[in-house]
Amino acid sequence: MEILKPFLLIIGSFVIFGLTGIMSTWLDRKITARLQWRVGPPWYQNFADLMKLAGKETVIPENANQVLFLLSPVIGVISIVITGAILLSGIFYNPLKWDLVIFIYLLMIPSIMIFLAGSSSGNVLGSVGAGREVRLLLGYELPFILALLVPVVKYGTLQISEIARHQMDFRMNIGFISGFIAFIVGIFAFQGKLGFVPFDVSEAETEIAGGTFVEYSGLPLGLFKLMKWMLLSVGISFFVIYFMGGFSNILTGILKYLVVLVLIVLIKNTNPRLRTDQILRFSWGWLTLFGFFALILAVMGY
Amino acid sequence: MALDLKTRALKKSLFVFHLSTGSCNNCDIEILDCLTPRFDIERFGMTLVGSIKHADVLLVTGICTIKNSYRIKKLYEQMPKPGFVVAIGACACTGGIFKDGYQMAGPIDKIIPVDVYIPGCPPKPEAMIAGIVKLLEKIK
Repeated sequence: MEILKPFLLIIGSFVIFGLTGIMSTWLDRKITARLQWRVGPPWYQNFADLMKLAGKETVIPENANQVLFLLSPVIGVISIVITGAILLSGIFYNPLKWDLVIFIYLLMIPSIMIFLAGSSSGNVLGSVGAGREVRLLLGYELPFILALLVPVVKYGTLQISEIARHQMDFRMNIGFISGFIAFIVGIFAFQGKLGFVPFDVSEAETEIAGGTFVEYSGLPLGLFKLMKWMLLSVGISFFVIYFMGGFSNILTGILKYLVVLVLIVLIKNTNPRLRTDQILRFSWGWLTLFGFFALILAVMGY
Repeated sequence: MALDLKTRALKKSLFVFHLSTGSCNNCDIEILDCLTPRFDIERFGMTLVGSIKHADVLLVTGICTIKNSYRIKKLYEQMPKPGFVVAIGACACTGGIFKDGYQMAGPIDKIIPVDVYIPGCPPKPEAMIAGIVKLLEKIK
């Protein structure tokens, strides 16, 4: 039984975060539609999208690097499944003492796979999108890490489940001033990681015809979409566990998850798309300043 | 239902790519109308995509000029099959008022195979939705 546990974790992560990701993205489309006074798609829409994409033919362009073109969606999905398994390992298995570090660098892999997708396409628009994606990555990694360092400084541990357990003894991390500011900074940085408006330059539909995914069709495109959907649910679950006390009580956990999801969708719907230089100026200006301010407050003990 | 899973999924989620091959843009405005809250075709699963490789349906407006005929042929070949073509407007169906122009390569079906014709100048959004329903019945 002990030998089987890692495999059960990975299968469980795929099932749980896959289903949660698909339904969260449907909620995102439905809330966006309601905010625009429309009706929006039915609940099975994302399942239908995936099945339809699995049934279309896959077209590989002549100039493309075939191995990287077909491998990048697969590696993207595998990496996000392992990231979800790290989150689950705090509950069901022996977590490592430093699994926050592994979590942060595994969360970078989807962005790198999107960059690889664009540059291995052999299309000019794809490489423009890939360059934009790398500049985005350069921008929001720093505020993201600063925001995640605040509870580490407070509690002196790098283990995600330990931080969640500390919150059960004291207040939630949002209750502290430094935790609250770190939560806001983290949500904005995560919006960039997801590729949502206002930070979605790399996949700007109307500007560069689909950006990095311009040459993808069929099952590879379906796998990329699945990777983005699972990134949404893994990220929101991580924010709930890290800043808001976790899923110890299932009902309030689901409520916290929905609050964070609605926050992300509201930010997505009320902002226009920013240019790349505006994104960099915002991330390295105000967001990093607030991140450092939260870190100083955490060191002082607030 | 006698359809297999793949076809049922295709009927429920069509990705639409819009192409104007020399139209007066009136039909394009009416296509945009279908996405607004009054008619809202997103509740049927149809969204507008930016790249032809993501699309299932190629919506063509306008009579095809000679310069555009190479491009529309290439775009049709780049669309991953199974894919469909919908000709919207009187110019795309039969040539309309530009039928005798010197630089026209003819209505759309002289260049690529068309599945659904939606006549009108411009067709109302209700007519376009009726045309899409006929396309959905044709998918088998």
